[in-house]
Amino acid sequence: MSYSIFVRGVWVTAQKDMRIYYRKAPIFIFGLILPTFLFFAFFVGRELDVNVYFPGFLAMALFFTSSSVGPLIVPWEKQAGTFERLLSYPVSITTIVLGDVIAGALFGLLISAIIGTVGVLLLGLTVESVLLIFCAFLLGNLCFSSLGVLLSAPAGRVPANIMMLAALVRFPLIFVSGIFIPISEMTSPGVYVTYLSPLTYLVDVLNQAMGQTSVFAWYLDLGVLAGFMLAFIFAATEILRRKSLKGL
Amino acid sequence: MRSVSVEGLKKSFGDLKAVDGVSFQVEKGEFFGLLGPNGAGKTTTIRMITGVLRQDEGVIEVEGIDLRRFPLEAKQRMGVIPEVGNVYPDLSAMENLDLVGKFYGMPKGRRRERAESLLVDLGLQERKDDYVRKFSKGMKQRVSIACAMIHEPPVLLLDEPTEGLDVMSRRLIVDKVKEMNGRGTTVILTTHNIEEANRLCQRVCIVNKGRIVAIDSPERLRKTAERTQTIEVAFDRAVDIGLLECDAVLRAEPCGDKWRLITHDPDMAIEHLVMIKRREGLRIISLATSGPSLEDVFVKLCEVPR
Repeated sequence: MSYSIFVRGVWVTAQKDMRIYYRKAPIFIFGLILPTFLFFAFFVGRELDVNVYFPGFLAMALFFTSSSVGPLIVPWEKQAGTFERLLSYPVSITTIVLGDVIAGALFGLLISAIIGTVGVLLLGLTVESVLLIFCAFLLGNLCFSSLGVLLSAPAGRVPANIMMLAALVRFPLIFVSGIFIPISEMTSPGVYVTYLSPLTYLVDVLNQAMGQTSVFAWYLDLGVLAGFMLAFIFAATEILRRKSLKGL
Repeated sequence: MRSVSVEGLKKSFGDLKAVDGVSFQVEKGEFFGLLGPNGAGKTTTIRMITGVLRQDEGVIEVEGIDLRRFPLEAKQRMGVIPEVGNVYPDLSAMENLDLVGKFYGMPKGRRRERAESLLVDLGLQERKDDYVRKFSKGMKQRVSIACAMIHEPPVLLLDEPTEGLDVMSRRLIVDKVKEMNGRGTTVILTTHNIEEANRLCQRVCIVNKGRIVAIDSPERLRKTAERTQTIEVAFDRAVDIGLLECDAVLRAEPCGDKWRLITHDPDMAIEHLVMIKRREGLRIISLATSGPSLEDVFVKLCEVPR
């Protein structure tokens, strides 16, 4: 296989996604507006320490933005009849999956960087390790963008159907990942459920990077995020490959 | 020299054998047609050759490259209009072409130059910056063909490219494909339009029920059915089919304002027509005889129910 054609295919697929799909309304509604309202619904009117809850909010925003593009790209492409054409270009299923993951991750990276910077500058929040924040942003965005792409993999041609599935997976995750109740304050057996959520590890590593209480070592958090990312990418590729054997 | 080689291609969907042992070779610079009724396996075959669908068995080589082992390299040498192969409606014609050029690794200057040239040739220059979603079906298909040609591929695969298009779009597309073929590009075309295949293709492959039933030049295929001839006759007023029936006429079918008679004995059939003209007081407006058409061959080989 020619790696130069492969790498080019991944990057052009990502460029295509950014150019076409970032302008779509559902991306902004489900990626930006919804998590903001969720946070304010929880935060406003309660005397909570913003330093304690900001890492969780940042993780939630990152989670929603990076996983908002992925679930919609394949159904939109199938509905518009562009998916078959895309497959006829010098790309493979893996190329398309990685391109979609990178597109979602870059979108999430941009938004989370803006929210993080605003939080630090306007709210005067402290950052213990810029490098750790950068690593958390990078791996977190790649991981949740991969989750978004995985959600789209079994999809048909109707984006509304996949939005329902995406909501069904994404909403429970934010309630079991230490965003609204810090993991350190959780008691068993609920705490064991949090260990199954990849979002838990992002919240935890951001807590550590912003000087808050964390449960796991930073390398464990990052390692688990990387592991989830690889698993999501592998599963999405396999599902799409099997579907393509049956005729898309 | 071979441009595309297909050997023992098989594909099943559950119990359905969509393609069952299809083999053919297409020479460099050849205009090759895949013909067949609906569900014959043409599109499945094309999808496998373009790498969109993976074959269960068989070998496909494009310009000597094994598609299964080196799919990206093989796809790099093809330009494709898939059956369901729309261009991006939320991009302009120019942006679509630019994007496709990037997929094929064309440098920016060359992409721009080729895109401009193709848009002029296909009559889209004035609308090049408009979103494709505002285009008519014919214009969208012209953008689609431009996308398939932007990187000047040595092999062009077209799945029903002129289906349902207006005359102008069809002509522009056919002219452009013929021009590419004239410059040495190998073209593989699937179509329902037998006359189009007859006019354009040097060889046609007739597929039915997933198997090849004939593969040859249109002229040679016609000779296989030359026991029959066709008579086209137009009268000055409507005539009932019952009047046209006689021993010499195998089949009569309306063809616009004319009747088309398939006969094994044109002399007797014309005598019959003259007899009914006299008996019914009709006038013959036009009368023409011809040998079997490619359509006749197609109908015969595919046993298309009429």
